[in-house]
Amino acid sequence: MTVLPYLVAAWLLVVGLWGTITSRHLVQQVMCLTVVQSSTYVLLLAVGYRTGGYAPIVSSSVPPSSPFVDPIVQALALTDVVVEATVVAVLLALTVQAHKRFGTVDPDRLGELSG
Amino acid sequence: MTVLALSVLVPMIAGTVLSLTASVERRPAAAATAFAATLASLVLLAVALAHVGDGRTVVWWGNWPPHGRVVGIDFAVDGLGGGLALFVTALALPALLMAGYAIRASAQLFYGVCLVFVAAMVGYCLTGDLFDLFVFFELMSVAAYVLVGYEVRERAPLEGALTFAITNSVGSILFLFGIGLLYGKVGALNMAQLGHGLQAVGPSGLVCVAFALVSVGLLVKAAVVPFHFWTADAYGVAPTPVLILLAGVFSELGLYGFARVFWTVFEPALAGHHDAVRAIFVGLGIATGLLGAVLALAQHHLLRMLAFVVVSQIGLFLVGIGLLSADGLAGSAIFVVGDGFAKAALFVCVGVVTHRYDAAGERALHGRARALWPLGLAFGLAALTVADLPPFGAFLGRSLIEDAALSAPGWAWVPAVMALVSALAAGALLRAGLRVFRGVGEPASRDARFTSDEAGGDEREDVAVGVPAALAGALVLAALVWGLVPGLAQSVTAAAARFTDTAGYAAAVLGGGSGVAAPVVPHVAGPGATAYLYATATLLGAGVVAWLGVAGRSVPRTAARAVDAVRALHSGHPGDYVAWTAGGAAVLGALFALTLR
Repeated sequence: MTVLPYLVAAWLLVVGLWGTITSRHLVQQVMCLTVVQSSTYVLLLAVGYRTGGYAPIVSSSVPPSSPFVDPIVQALALTDVVVEATVVAVLLALTVQAHKRFGTVDPDRLGELSG
Repeated sequence: MTVLALSVLVPMIAGTVLSLTASVERRPAAAATAFAATLASLVLLAVALAHVGDGRTVVWWGNWPPHGRVVGIDFAVDGLGGGLALFVTALALPALLMAGYAIRASAQLFYGVCLVFVAAMVGYCLTGDLFDLFVFFELMSVAAYVLVGYEVRERAPLEGALTFAITNSVGSILFLFGIGLLYGKVGALNMAQLGHGLQAVGPSGLVCVAFALVSVGLLVKAAVVPFHFWTADAYGVAPTPVLILLAGVFSELGLYGFARVFWTVFEPALAGHHDAVRAIFVGLGIATGLLGAVLALAQHHLLRMLAFVVVSQIGLFLVGIGLLSADGLAGSAIFVVGDGFAKAALFVCVGVVTHRYDAAGERALHGRARALWPLGLAFGLAALTVADLPPFGAFLGRSLIEDAALSAPGWAWVPAVMALVSALAAGALLRAGLRVFRGVGEPASRDARFTSDEAGGDEREDVAVGVPAALAGALVLAALVWGLVPGLAQSVTAAAARFTDTAGYAAAVLGGGSGVAAPVVPHVAGPGATAYLYATATLLGAGVVAWLGVAGRSVPRTAARAVDAVRALHSGHPGDYVAWTAGGAAVLGALFALTLR
């Protein structure tokens, strides 16, 4: 097990946040948010990985007492994907409405709220 | 226990059915279903809470109790968690009632999403598993994004919902990242087991980073400075029924989650560092309270003003929680309920006025709502509740927080600052109330940051007043009655003592707790002379602030410039708010690393 996946997770987190902060296009901003989300998937899978481990499916072809990768984090990552897909769907639906009704996907030009 | 499962499942299933059948809209049936499901959840929670009594109810779903290690997922219900869930359903009823008046199109879908929102909030209050907590947290967030942007045909709600969703999603992701780090370290997700595992780890760098990430996720929801930026944008645009739930319980749930996670997961690792944790979170609470109150005073847009009043009150709740004592936490719990009813009443009053006169600015509304004096009366009483008026429930809660601060060495100055915060926030509300409902003084000066709201439209006779006014009155009455419940302070303090009893919680969840002593419940007297003193000072201060505001006294130019600079930071751009969130997370992590290790 190397430190590399954790560095990748941290990098995705930072670079995704940077994109979310600087983006001036709503679709791009939402995609940057999915990059930030990906960092959690990488982190969770890295946490449960065992070098030389089998997939966590118990069958007769796998020798007994052999190491498995952690199935719990895989379930968590799967749940996470579903949850975050819902968030992205809502955000993109709002973006489509913004484009349809107000003809812009620039959060700056939408600006009616401030102060 | 079936009762606990049904209290989440009934609104969840009813909400799903209503949403799926939304294409064949039957409005009265949908409203009746929503009411019945929420009421059923409320009754079930009351039954469950009676069963909890002065203990804890732990339920392992699918019958997977722990054998040395935790494998299953549990609900661990105690007085405060169950009580907060009960309050959620109690506040959902007036929200659903208001939906009958405020929501014009696709009401059935609205009721459906509302029920899912309520179910998620209830589950969030009851669960004992950290990942389960996150899933309910995300579910209630997504439902809230949809509800805030429900009037999607208009520009402002769309923009507010986008800002709200992007900012809060970043908070959720940081929260999940923290959970991932904790699982990597301990290999558990159950909060009691996590706490047990972290005790051996101690305050390491990783624990500090995870604590910072989890806290930020929850504090974004709670709208604590500097994670509060989304609040005014979301509250300024959401429909009234949604605002009742958002202002009454949604933000407070962030604080509940923080308290729950601190006392079960992180307290064992940080046991020797209570002073540092106290300093950081009481400091954050005071900063939140002061900033919220000053910004409320600077606002002339009624809904945004109320949003900042909510932020200022959140700061005071965080002070009570951050004192890390049972009586402080009990004070916050009582305060949350008493204040929640009052804030719901305020949003009902403002919702009716802004819709009926088609304006939201103090200047445009000056004296226009004279005819709606019953609403004005409810608004005034609710504003006085914010100003600590005895014997309302908020006053009782605050007196407990004040006593907790006075008995904590070095924090005796906190009650005075709390009085200042409330005086400023309530002063802003009273000023707006006097202008809008009585037409006192000159119209408010022009607000350079809000030019679109100058005129105000014609009066719309079709906006109902009668039922909403009765509802606002009932909510104010509930806030009053809450403070008069006999023995409330002592029983909530006992519940708070159990909440902060980390060893007792772990023993109840993990088993084998016969050797754990019962927590010491501090004896709390009723509000004493000091509480009445602070209440009088707050009320007088609020009166002075309101009078100065109505009389049109201008503030010194440097102060006005400083406040305007802070207002300019609330730019309405989600990117800026994400930058504040990320920066705040980094600073909080650094603070933890410096003080807790």
